[in-house]
Amino acid sequence: MADRLRMVEAVRETLRAELERDDSVVVYGEDIGRAGGVFRATEGLLEAYPDRVFDSPVAEAGIVGVGVGLAATGLRPVAEIQFQSFLYQGFHQLAQHVARIRSRTRGTVTCPMTIRTPYGGGIHALELHSESFEAGFAHVPGLTVVVPASPAETAGLLTAAVRSPDPVIFLEPTRLYRSFREEVPADDELPLGEARIVDSGEDLTIVAWGSMLRETLAATAELDADIEVIDPRTIYPLDTETIVESVRKTGRCVVVHEAPRTSGMAGEIIARITEDAFYYLETPVERITGYDVPVPLFAREDAYLPDADRIEAGIRRVLDRN
Amino acid sequence: MPREDIAQFTIRSVQVLAEDGTVDEDLAPSLSDDELLDCYEAMKRARRLDERAISLQRRGELGTYAPAIGQEAAQVGSAFAMDEDDWIVPSFREQSALMVRETPPQRILEYAMGMEEGAEIPADEHALPPAIPVGTQPLHAAGVGWGEAIQDSPNVALTYFGDGATSEGDVYEALNFAGVYGAQTVFLCQNNRYAISTRLEDQTAAETLAQKAIAAGIDGIRVDGNDVLGVYRVVSEAIERARDGDPTLVEALTYRRSMHTTSDDPSVYREAAEEDEWEARDPIVRFQVYLENRGLLDQETKATIDERVESEIADAIDRANAARDELDPADMFRHVYAEQPPELERQAAAFERKGDRDG
Ligand SMILES: Cc1ncc(C[n+]2csc(CCOP(=O)(O)OP(=O)(O)O)c2C)c(N)n1
Repeated sequence: MADRLRMVEAVRETLRAELERDDSVVVYGEDIGRAGGVFRATEGLLEAYPDRVFDSPVAEAGIVGVGVGLAATGLRPVAEIQFQSFLYQGFHQLAQHVARIRSRTRGTVTCPMTIRTPYGGGIHALELHSESFEAGFAHVPGLTVVVPASPAETAGLLTAAVRSPDPVIFLEPTRLYRSFREEVPADDELPLGEARIVDSGEDLTIVAWGSMLRETLAATAELDADIEVIDPRTIYPLDTETIVESVRKTGRCVVVHEAPRTSGMAGEIIARITEDAFYYLETPVERITGYDVPVPLFAREDAYLPDADRIEAGIRRVLDRN
Repeated sequence: MPREDIAQFTIRSVQVLAEDGTVDEDLAPSLSDDELLDCYEAMKRARRLDERAISLQRRGELGTYAPAIGQEAAQVGSAFAMDEDDWIVPSFREQSALMVRETPPQRILEYAMGMEEGAEIPADEHALPPAIPVGTQPLHAAGVGWGEAIQDSPNVALTYFGDGATSEGDVYEALNFAGVYGAQTVFLCQNNRYAISTRLEDQTAAETLAQKAIAAGIDGIRVDGNDVLGVYRVVSEAIERARDGDPTLVEALTYRRSMHTTSDDPSVYREAAEEDEWEARDPIVRFQVYLENRGLLDQETKATIDERVESEIADAIDRANAARDELDPADMFRHVYAEQPPELERQAAAFERKGDRDG
């Protein structure tokens, strides 16, 4: 690959590479074949692999549920759910079967399935097209939950997801699909469960993922302080060590996500910091999050989503406290 | 009895107004001249709203919009068959039907402008808001129709969904619930041949969608969905049966002439020739020919109707724009609970930049 790609192109080229590499990979979902997906993330794949790329009926419980069966026959299902909120339609299959078939059968039946889905807000889409439910998926034992923040990470992490022996929920931030290009190395598998230190610093640790990482970097660019920015990339399993080590060094931390505040991943991350870095903290950890309201329709969406200003204000508060 | 056939089923299809504008007089519903003209005007209003909405979206003044161009007969004919107190339970493409009821075009535009105000239900109207998740709302209609039955009310629920929706488990569950409880519900499936890019042949191996009623033990019937008189007739009969506790699934065979939504480009998945074929079968054209032949519609009446529709929609656009200019973002906190919990109170205060935390 080593081309300069956008995130959506990185998805497509990774799927193409995995279809090419492994005959057991099958790709399916609503409108992903003839139309190439509503975001064009699967464009050209049906033409290239007509026997292993399928348009599916509008049935998310079906899309998730048949994955269990496909996997049982030795295939590697890679499904697209058109928007993350429609994975709710398949949630019972996900939680009752996909996530637990390994433990229920003591490892004798597994489900190496990848479910990709566009996720998050910021593109002025319709109602129920902007949610961030990563904490909900992370709450289901057995699932791996990934949120890439760049084209290269998308390729590396999606490669790992497809090859993973366990089911992976792969959340693609729609706002980043076409927002920038970068060099994407070919066949570069990035390990799941490893955070990336995006910027290192001594004064404060900030943890952010998906499109919130960009808002965070916009905020830190405005500040003089020496800030360490961490992108966990995998929400579960979470790279606690990298976060905790950083907080032990800086003593101050802010966690950012666009999902609602209550029971969001920030709560879990802060709990882990309290468990493992409590005595290093100089001040309470702050979280900058979405509110406990349904993501508003797009006329009010910008008011809901954390932005660089809110993040910057949060960082300043934490830096200013003694 | 080693082997015997124990059940047989057939699916009936109905057409009243043929493509050439002629009518089967035996089947024609008894609608007065005024009612016929109202029906025509409602179809024209729906078409015009969609056209204006598409161009507003192109100019960036509207969000994603799902037009129903080509489906006006299916929606207007069915909505006309309802009594005032019946319930309308729409998906996201039912502008035509909603406007026949009490929903003003202003609300439809507000919703498409990304304002929650657009999903407010007008006082005294029996309606539920648009359902974006495909196939979810038929269960609500089964609940409404069951609820009305429990309370010995004559009101019926009419719900709309597409061909793609019939693949969702929720829709099967809705039909089955309705059958079990004798819900006063009519299920109207607008088979417009496409679920975004997915053709009906790739959606189901079933020959008709009406036959999905059979497994649930309720009535199923197909009607030419571009024939407003046929739709009116079939849905009226279904509604009357539903008042007695017999639900029906009606498949209205139509065609989505426009894009799926303004974010969609149909040329990726279908031929222009196919679209041309359906232009010739346009539901408004057919009805217009019929009304002209009956001497109900001359140039002058047509012009009056067009002008009225044009100014109503222009007004609605102005009012929706004005509402958008007044928009208060803090409103997002106000309707989540009957009584605002302390968490939300604190978050709302933080949003207004009161206090020294983010939420
Ligand atoms: C549960 C769910 N899955 C997927 C989508 C995305 N989506 C929106 S409309 C649509 C196709 C629906 O087709 P159909 O039911 O035939 O109705 P039509 O759009 O043709 O009116 C899809 C897949 C959605 N909104 N909800």
